[in-house]
Amino acid sequence: MASKVKALVVTGNGVNCEMETAHACRLAGAKVDIVTVYDLMAGRTRLDDYQFLNLAGGFLDGDDLGSAKAGANRWAHAKTLDRGERLLDQLKRFIEADKLVMGVCNGFQLLVKLGILPGLENRIGQTVTLTYNDSGRFEDRWVHLLCDPKSPCIFTRDLGPGIFLPIRHGEGKLVTSGNDVLEQIEQQHLAPLKYSTSDYSKPAMEYPENPNGSQNSIAGMCDSSGRILGLMPHPEAYTHKTNHPRWTRMPDLPKEGMGLKLFRNAVAWLDQA
Amino acid sequence: MAHRIEVALKPNIRDAQGEKTARRIREDLLLEIQRVAVVEVYTIDAGLSDAELEGLAAGPFSDPIIHYWSVDKPAAHDFDWLIEVGFKPGVTDNAGRTAREAIEFFLDRRLDKEEGVYTSRQYLIKGNQTRRQIETIARDLLANELIQRFIILSWDEFDQENGIQATVPKVIERIEPRVETIDLELDDQGLMELSRRRLLALSLEEMRAIKDYYLRDDVMKRREIAGLAKGPTDVELECIAQTWSEHCKHKIFNAEIKYTDENGERTIDSLFDTYIRGTTKKVRAAVGQEDYCKSVFEDNAGVIKFNDDWDLVFKVETHNSPSALDPYGGALTGIVGVNRDPFGTGKGAKLIFNTDVFCFASPFYNGELPKGLLHPRRILEGVREGVEHGGNKSGIPTVNGSVLFDDRYLGKPLVYCGTGGLLPARLHGEPGWKKDVKPGDRIVMTGGRIGKDGIHGATFSSEELNEGSPATAVQIGDPITQKRMTDFLLRARDENLYRCITDNGAGGLSSSVGETARMSGGADLYLDRPPLKYPGLMPWEIFLSEAQERMTLAVPADKLDRLMDLAKSMEVEATDLGEYNDAGFLRCYFQGDLVAELDMDFLHDGVPKMRIEAVFEPPPRAKPDYQPPKDLADELLVMLGRLNICSKHYWVRQYDHEVQGGSVVKPLVGSRDHGPSDAAVLRPLLDSMEAVVVAHGICPRYSDIDTYDMAANAVDEAVRNAISVGADPARLAALDNFCWCDPIQSKKNPDGKHKLAQLVRACNGVYDVCTTYGIPLISGKDSMKNDAVIEGRRISIPPTLLISLLGKIEDAETAVTMDAKAEGDVVFMLGMTRPELGASEYYAMKGSIGNSIPRVDPEAFFEMYKAFHLAIREGLLASCHDCSDGGLAVALAETALAGDLGMNLDLSGIPQDGITRPEQLLFSESAGRFVVTTHPEKAGRFEELMRGFPVSELGLVTSDRSFNLKGLPLGGGLETTIDDIEKAWKATLDF
Repeated sequence: MASKVKALVVTGNGVNCEMETAHACRLAGAKVDIVTVYDLMAGRTRLDDYQFLNLAGGFLDGDDLGSAKAGANRWAHAKTLDRGERLLDQLKRFIEADKLVMGVCNGFQLLVKLGILPGLENRIGQTVTLTYNDSGRFEDRWVHLLCDPKSPCIFTRDLGPGIFLPIRHGEGKLVTSGNDVLEQIEQQHLAPLKYSTSDYSKPAMEYPENPNGSQNSIAGMCDSSGRILGLMPHPEAYTHKTNHPRWTRMPDLPKEGMGLKLFRNAVAWLDQA
Repeated sequence: MAHRIEVALKPNIRDAQGEKTARRIREDLLLEIQRVAVVEVYTIDAGLSDAELEGLAAGPFSDPIIHYWSVDKPAAHDFDWLIEVGFKPGVTDNAGRTAREAIEFFLDRRLDKEEGVYTSRQYLIKGNQTRRQIETIARDLLANELIQRFIILSWDEFDQENGIQATVPKVIERIEPRVETIDLELDDQGLMELSRRRLLALSLEEMRAIKDYYLRDDVMKRREIAGLAKGPTDVELECIAQTWSEHCKHKIFNAEIKYTDENGERTIDSLFDTYIRGTTKKVRAAVGQEDYCKSVFEDNAGVIKFNDDWDLVFKVETHNSPSALDPYGGALTGIVGVNRDPFGTGKGAKLIFNTDVFCFASPFYNGELPKGLLHPRRILEGVREGVEHGGNKSGIPTVNGSVLFDDRYLGKPLVYCGTGGLLPARLHGEPGWKKDVKPGDRIVMTGGRIGKDGIHGATFSSEELNEGSPATAVQIGDPITQKRMTDFLLRARDENLYRCITDNGAGGLSSSVGETARMSGGADLYLDRPPLKYPGLMPWEIFLSEAQERMTLAVPADKLDRLMDLAKSMEVEATDLGEYNDAGFLRCYFQGDLVAELDMDFLHDGVPKMRIEAVFEPPPRAKPDYQPPKDLADELLVMLGRLNICSKHYWVRQYDHEVQGGSVVKPLVGSRDHGPSDAAVLRPLLDSMEAVVVAHGICPRYSDIDTYDMAANAVDEAVRNAISVGADPARLAALDNFCWCDPIQSKKNPDGKHKLAQLVRACNGVYDVCTTYGIPLISGKDSMKNDAVIEGRRISIPPTLLISLLGKIEDAETAVTMDAKAEGDVVFMLGMTRPELGASEYYAMKGSIGNSIPRVDPEAFFEMYKAFHLAIREGLLASCHDCSDGGLAVALAETALAGDLGMNLDLSGIPQDGITRPEQLLFSESAGRFVVTTHPEKAGRFEELMRGFPVSELGLVTSDRSFNLKGLPLGGGLETTIDDIEKAWKATLDF
């Protein structure tokens, strides 16, 4: 049975992973539209018409005020032309309607700076941030990610011990406002993906396994419902075996890339919901 | 009144930017500072209330988790020295533009034209440095005084209560725009003086041609009727100079050249027609029906067929002079600038990859640094970062490149930037590569605004650098403004809203409108209509400005409204600047007056043909004289650490090489993603397995012996790289980018004839190899004045040719990488090794040049390449690596280290001719060679396919970490480990 899921990929204003993100949604069985933030602002497209929102990677406003800062400011303050509502209000309505959101890289930074992730109870506003890598550099590097099977995250279900994906960022170091926040994240298993050693045996704090110095090796974070995921590594960048940097050494590598599983989980969950 | 919002990191937050700056102060300037902290400053020149300012500070300008902020009070504390660096008036301030937009969203109102936001950055230094040392840090690392200003305060001088007064770097220009008429009734000396004073870069002959034209009776009569003065207006003269510049007209490549060498004298009428276009013509004629060229040498970039539905577009440019002055801005502009070439080709291509090749002096250069030049380490870091920001922020993967070192690049670094695009084969019922302009079409400029950026860029790059080079020659690109524009234009393209698109690069509107108006036969352009960054620009400056991120469109009148609406809804500025017509003139108006009436024929065809002389005398070279190596393993390890061979992982990782999701062979491959890939492979269409191959070849060292062989080797190296990853040798297309030193003889350039002869020979080399290999040249560029005269000293680059290749693999899964794959795999050598160490990396290490340059034998090589490709198609290869810089030993070592596997080889049976010494065998750079490994079960079939070609089995890949070569001439061997190999290879540039 073909899926009825309608996925949306938001692009424009510096987003640049929209093509491969849409491709991954399509491979996972969803119908997908790519629209720009201007389409949303003009009211030509509304989030309400979709079930799976993808905030793809890129450099919103060039990350000029800090990663996704100016982008978050736009979502929080710009009003749509048709109804005069803020994009953030539309997004909150989308989330309250039990739909799915995945923010990758710049999209994760956007969710964090809008205060949507981790969305801890009894806490208003932003509680974590993503800032400059300890190295002070942008890096493109494939990393091992340890999956937390106890996490409520819908996207990372049945991933096995871990997955291998590329990071491509200069500001991916996760910092929390304090230990209490970090503890809450850990207790509720809201960090489904952590930078790991290459054998997926334990989270890694050392560079380059942990490429940015993230607290508690956190690479991805979800809310307590598990329906909103933000992650620095790029699942859409590994949908085919030839994306794997070492595929020519691995004759038994499955044709389908590991990153696609996150999209498949999303579409499957929505189809059942 | 202006206000300052200052944003600093909370004390418990690690300051990665500060640490990085401190590291560079220690490493580059050798100053022992304790630490550096960074404070971001926003100077807001707008009528805002205190509450609004505080809201902004707490909102878009800071991050509550890591920052604290202050308004009109200093955030800085606890430092010994403070350096604040901001832009000079008029310099592009991207963060300032974003900050302005953020304020508008936040306050839900527009700032007015006079209001603005300006960014600066404070560096708080802890350490007991003197003011002089702090000034060195500011000047030599943190600020570029060409575009930036800085202030220095010691803790004692700092006003702890009020901090630093807000100063607004706004352009204040009180001059009213006006148009000057230029008197050309001058003698020769006067004409040349005029050319120099106005930076026209025109020769006496060209100045005379302009003078003669304006004094013609018919011209004078026509101008009188039009109400124009007798002499040209400054708008006209500047436009002619720009159109006739070497940069745009390629006068040297089109010149009539009298060439003399040991075989006598001959005349070449246009190097371009004879060798460049000549190559393509011959190749296309030979392939007939199979011709895959679509548009070559016609448009901003070359176009070839990819498959039935899609074409590939490719262009490589250089941005050398601006990168010498402002490495970051120059290189950033280089990459976002070349993006607009494929984007402005045909109906406009989606951009799918970037490539970049840099040539620098050694970052460890410790000789005297002439005044006006930046240290190579600073140039390298600035260029690297500029290309990083330009490429990464545009969402275009940087898939391939090189970094080369030679101290002759001290005078001018070379910054080659290339971009490929994907263009629909058909669009709205027409070929996608076609463009057209019809009379009545509107001239629409989209994207950024016009400032004084890069004025005289085209004429300036045709001149050598000197101490008085104008600061306005530097532009800073803005990838986000460009990304917004390209997002908008791809939509406009798919809605069929324009007929023609071209970019505003060198020469700005004068070039984009001047060129496109040829298709309709004229244009009326209103120079008071383009949006300006700041007032006070003269009409000619508006016409010539090279302000970035602008495309010019020809829009059918009935589609103008829709185009404008779409632009507005996507936050892109678009302006109707006038109309194309067929009146035969490019006319410019300013505030109601006609200020230019340029005859299209004279403008484009009036430049006198250059007649120049070339004389080739082979440079006398001493026989190489060096101590024979004592320990070959040591010799190899030193070679691996040399700048031209060592690992560039530090660069490569800072570029996003896999955005867009189609990466197949990345720049770094192997067991730990650390081996140097030969070429890039990517799938531009994610639902197809068809793949594009991107490769290049460049070997400027060989120019020291003969540029003919230099060029032949550059082509062969590019081809070897492409074939190594699996490209079909019958489906390659090349770009040629020549960077030369001034080839025109004059008093101050006494060996001009020789340099021109070197150019002739290089073109000849390209022609001979490309026509034999069947590779069409589809686009290219030349940059002819890569000399610097500083304090009377002339520094010329070695003649440098970059050959870039596009190739195709039908099935991406047949691609091959260079890393050894498994224990027990069989190692083969393919190709003939000769004692060809002339101008090799090995001789360079020995301080020698020699004579025995590697020779390319195109007929023999091509037969072997075709057979070799069949072996790849059959899936026989486990790995393949081309032998180039450093020869066989380096290629073997790289293959082993990339696979984390050892090798145990006997080189005694290697195909060779004339080798008598071990270092010849190990380090000769003979062309046409590959190191190959195969699974043992496939070795037999591989040998069978390669029968009749020089091939031999060398031994096996091993699982231990030893690297042993035996059977060397004179009975010696080489023993080391891959751990030592990796250490040596990575240590040099482990920044």
